[in-house]
Amino acid sequence: MLIRRAQDIRSSEITEESLYWDRRKFIGASAGAALAALIPVAPSLMRTRQDEKLTPYDSVTSYNNFYEFGVGKDDPKHNAHMLRTRPWTVAVEGAVHKPKVFDIEEILRKYPAEERIYRLRCVEAWSMVIPWMGFPLASLLKEVEPTSKAKYVQFVTLHDPEQMPGQLRTVLPWPYMEGLRLDEAMHPLTILATGLYGKMLPNQNGAPIRLVVPWKYGFKSIKSIVRIRLTDQEPPTSWNQVLAREYGFYANVNPDVSHPRWSQKKERRLGKIRKQDTLPFNGYADQVADLYAGMDLSRYY
Amino acid sequence: MLCLVPLLWLLWDTFTGNLSANPLEDITHRTGLAGLRILVATLAVTPLVRISGWSHLMRLRRLIGLFAFFYVTLHLGTYLLFDQFFSLAGIVEDVAKRPYITVGFSGFLVLVPLAVTSTNKMVKRLGGARWKALHSLVYAAAAAGVVHYLWLVKIDTRDPTIYGVIVVVLLASRLWSKRVKRPS
Repeated sequence: MLIRRAQDIRSSEITEESLYWDRRKFIGASAGAALAALIPVAPSLMRTRQDEKLTPYDSVTSYNNFYEFGVGKDDPKHNAHMLRTRPWTVAVEGAVHKPKVFDIEEILRKYPAEERIYRLRCVEAWSMVIPWMGFPLASLLKEVEPTSKAKYVQFVTLHDPEQMPGQLRTVLPWPYMEGLRLDEAMHPLTILATGLYGKMLPNQNGAPIRLVVPWKYGFKSIKSIVRIRLTDQEPPTSWNQVLAREYGFYANVNPDVSHPRWSQKKERRLGKIRKQDTLPFNGYADQVADLYAGMDLSRYY
Repeated sequence: MLCLVPLLWLLWDTFTGNLSANPLEDITHRTGLAGLRILVATLAVTPLVRISGWSHLMRLRRLIGLFAFFYVTLHLGTYLLFDQFFSLAGIVEDVAKRPYITVGFSGFLVLVPLAVTSTNKMVKRLGGARWKALHSLVYAAAAAGVVHYLWLVKIDTRDPTIYGVIVVVLLASRLWSKRVKRPS
């Protein structure tokens, strides 16, 4: 097992993330407090940032949308034991100089997992805070050397109804597919996760390897990946294929663009009674908003 | 009484921690589903009596209907309290802009006069024929319930479709038995 437990992580590996959170706290405590006296809106802005308690492990692993194991929230927990995560390979192919089929053990060995605490905002208006273990997707993509043609990245989940009984019903077209623009895929916030809470990724959370893109709705963060393909055209994505009006290719968290059937202004953080305001790009706007400069986000939802 | 089972079950799960990580959603979904199921059960009473001849069931019909109203009210109350915290602006926006909430709320409004006129006194005051005409609105409420369910699911429309088919079959059996009766 090469996923490092919390006590094994060298401080140098997590500095980046902890510095990030400390900076928030520091700004909140000092500058924010000073500003609060002058600007009435400052306290409410601070509140949304401070309240970032981790969602309990039991909730993270028992409340899942993973239709390959059933459409109920607790179905994945009950059925995901049928998935065999070893042996497992991930093919990285398409517009790359060095296409390669990676064995999962090689990935775990080559790309040590670091902890990333991210908010996860589901398109259904609930959210969690999850301590993922993972590594930047960019590291893997750099190894296969994308060609100049590569503009997008497509991800594909395993398709095997024997291991994934939810695939016996065509709720969605199988296999599940997702995609990112290459610059989104290379962004340092975008990771491939192999664990959470310092442990191996449970099957219901997308073992053995899944995508996590924290500024997009949860359905973009595809689970149990077997293929990553670099392409020159926007790849088809599952929810977009069946309900294009409701689920766009970009799917950036955006309180100002409603889902056609419900509002995205607020979210229920699991474990809390009151709903809270949803933030643009799920609170990561200062790091990712420039990826979308000049784009009409109500059109490219 | 069978109609109390969903409530007792929900309370049991709530206090033993058997609900999911999103218990408020569970409460909303389960009260709504109980309301729809019991509403469908009231529609099934008359055809069942006709087939089986158990006429004493007819006396239970209004009580079952009131239980349906009870669960639908709990369902609406959960939404008003935990989804909106009684924010009038939020509720108005939802009812106006979200079709599934518009139709669900309309269904509730349709049920209100039926619940109010469910006493023996009101049946007498209205007179049997008028009371019956008013209470045929229950089909509109059931249809609203099914559409409300259908429009809120993300993609898996199997369950709401099943309820829709049941309501259509029950309504058809009503209309059919009327036509059969008329010539005699």
